[in-house]
Amino acid sequence: MFERISLRRRLVNQLMLGLLFAGAILAAVPFFFISWYVLQKGLGALSVEFFTQTPVGPGQQGGGMANAIVGSSIMLTLASLLGIPWGMAAGIYLSEYGRGKTAQTLRFAVDLLTSVPSIVVGIFIYGVIVIHFGFSAYAGGAALAVIMIPIVARSTEEILKLTPQHIREAGLGLGLPRWRVILRIVLPGSRAALLTGVMLALARVAGETAPLLFTALGNQFFSHSLSEPTSSLPVQIYNFAKSGYPDMEAMAWGGALVLVLFVFIINLVTRALMGMRWN
Amino acid sequence: MRSSDKLFYYLLKTLAWGVVGLLAAMVLVVLWMSWEALGHFGLRFFVDASWDSWREEFGALAFIYGTLVTSFIAVLLAVPVSLAVALYLNELAPPWIARPLGFFVEMLAAIPSIVYGLWGLFVLAPFLRDHVQPLLATYLGFLPFFQGPQMGVGLLGAGVILAIMIIPTIASISREVFKSVPESLREAALGLGATRWEMLRIAVLRVALSGVMGAVVLGLGRALGETMAVTMLIGNRPQIVWSLFESGQTMASILANQYAEADSSLHLSALTAVGLALFVVSLVINSLARWIIWRMQRVV
Amino acid sequence: MELIAVKNLSAWFGEFQALKNISLVAERHEVVALIGPSGCGKSTFVRCLNRLHEEVPGGHLQGEVWLDGQNIYAPGVDPVNVRRGVGMVFQKPNPFPGMSIFENVSVGLRLAGISKRAVLAEKVEQALRQAVLWDEVKDVLKRPGTSLSGGQQQRLCIARALAVEPPVILMDEPTSALDPISTAKIEELIQELKERVTVVIVTHNMQQAARISDRTAFFLLGELVEYGKTDQVFTQPQDERTERYITGRFG
Repeated sequence: MFERISLRRRLVNQLMLGLLFAGAILAAVPFFFISWYVLQKGLGALSVEFFTQTPVGPGQQGGGMANAIVGSSIMLTLASLLGIPWGMAAGIYLSEYGRGKTAQTLRFAVDLLTSVPSIVVGIFIYGVIVIHFGFSAYAGGAALAVIMIPIVARSTEEILKLTPQHIREAGLGLGLPRWRVILRIVLPGSRAALLTGVMLALARVAGETAPLLFTALGNQFFSHSLSEPTSSLPVQIYNFAKSGYPDMEAMAWGGALVLVLFVFIINLVTRALMGMRWN
Repeated sequence: MRSSDKLFYYLLKTLAWGVVGLLAAMVLVVLWMSWEALGHFGLRFFVDASWDSWREEFGALAFIYGTLVTSFIAVLLAVPVSLAVALYLNELAPPWIARPLGFFVEMLAAIPSIVYGLWGLFVLAPFLRDHVQPLLATYLGFLPFFQGPQMGVGLLGAGVILAIMIIPTIASISREVFKSVPESLREAALGLGATRWEMLRIAVLRVALSGVMGAVVLGLGRALGETMAVTMLIGNRPQIVWSLFESGQTMASILANQYAEADSSLHLSALTAVGLALFVVSLVINSLARWIIWRMQRVV
Repeated sequence: MELIAVKNLSAWFGEFQALKNISLVAERHEVVALIGPSGCGKSTFVRCLNRLHEEVPGGHLQGEVWLDGQNIYAPGVDPVNVRRGVGMVFQKPNPFPGMSIFENVSVGLRLAGISKRAVLAEKVEQALRQAVLWDEVKDVLKRPGTSLSGGQQQRLCIARALAVEPPVILMDEPTSALDPISTAKIEELIQELKERVTVVIVTHNMQQAARISDRTAFFLLGELVEYGKTDQVFTQPQDERTERYITGRFG
């Protein structure tokens, strides 16, 4: 009754399953290589000076990336001030009021905005701000905000949709107006998850380089005002990496380590938080 | 509705539609800034390969070529690996392997582009130069693609780094797509006496084919617009050559290289026109990908 | 010798025991109906007969299942070989999307290495005729299998299982998703199939079991409460629980 399947079929099966396994391993390998090199090469460059000094000229000892770290922090703050409220508002609208074809269109537009190449966002901000006011932290922050908005909007929508309908109904049943139900009941109930979404959006834009190249530009010192060119960690890494000077290249690896640690820690913490919520 | 409710509603609605407005404004601003170059060169701009800011001769063909070649290499390398990891994680791996492995692949998506660039420039490119390119030249050197100087950086290097960067995109969307394939199809295949691989082929891959296409197109979209890593690995010389070892320039990398230092308004406008082309292509590609995936999930 | 002989079969999902020490035999050319309230283990039981149970995460079992004189759980037996000889039809019609009607029926043959167009065409026609679907689809074999109506899709799935000519066909509530007319057609079809194969059918519908089966097994909470000739089980049940179930007092 039981015909044995042919040797060829069994071999093809073994071969293909083996290839799938090999492919899976291959996909994870770059993660280890990149992490290893960033850690190994970056660790040597980190020092107290790295976080407190501005860059020194090529060939000189010492110096750091303090201005870039401060610049990045400033622009991330500016981006958050604009991008988080705007993105959350759009997300709340989609989740609480978004129905039918128009909402579908909105969602599609948000998704498209997410996929615009970030360098194009840089051109847009250049045309709107830089042409008139010059390179500045404002322009850099605005570019990052444009990238944050759709990310925050989508994560906010996804999170709020998890809130059970009866919670909203309970609030409405108490005679609260809808806006107070949303602000006082729905949003606070998802506080941790919303924070997670915002943190992930921040992690995502913290590494953005292309849109800052010709909006915030960059320099080698602390900027005195938000309307001046401002350095950022990713742009500084880029400039050092292509400098050709070993000292500066080492600095670039140090900057990469700081950036990667920032991004990984946010991802790990948010995963842990979400994991706790779900289990 | 109470007036406070109305106010809140319209505030949210305005900001939500503001996102659409942002997208529209982006199209208009980029179009407006490209106008001078497009008016000056017309459609010739997209089929001319000269880029000379001294003589103010601008054409985007070399960048279009660089973008196409690097994206094509990326997709070619990334698709088999992404599908393998997605199938293995979803269909074969025990949970104690699937969880950490899936995590590492997802974290690839979190690494910033500039870090890929740095690693690519100082680790990947020398590795390609010393180990991969000599092999390719020895065994496939009769093909025009694998001739010429072995420098590591170039079209091939940029393509490889892009491949690594789009693996998580293609893999994660493919995993979603595979998840939407009903379990009973897998059982039907196994019930017919299919081996595990045959089951994956007829009940998973074939059913999810169009969704996988969507994932690939989305990966392509990401590769087209990727800037920093490519800029650092492509060698930055606009030229149309057969050899993948040669330097090139992509639409994104020329912007990163020259935008802040454009010499003249025509130069700036020409650069913006390159950005416009990139923008339009990525809008089209992403719309297409989302449409494909949406349609597939409706069918199954 | 019996075609199917199950000896002391117990099955689990992780910690939960879904089948408790089941023993049962069935002869050739019989229709065996498995009845019982939902969650009683009848679906799990059929999935042990073609080694699909072990595909569910956490699914494992003990005991022996002999098909045509061979223990399919003996060490060294490849489940793929077993499943070739046992067809299966599922609760919801599940033709492969993206495959035409012809491809759906021929897929098992192609897996078995038959690639000659003429042979495939002949076997596909034969299977579709046996499934009483040929006249309805003979002109549209290139259309997607999913374009058929629900009842036609289920008969297509039966044809798909029949094409490789297995001696046993398992059916897991094959009519529960269908309308009464399609159901009647499939019941009629099962009667005809008896000529060639042994059918083990899970059903939640006692009238259906009474109409189409030669033997009936009543499952309750993972135990085989009663097994015998269908007439006998329905007219003179030996166990009080069977009687209460078939008279509709619980379930």
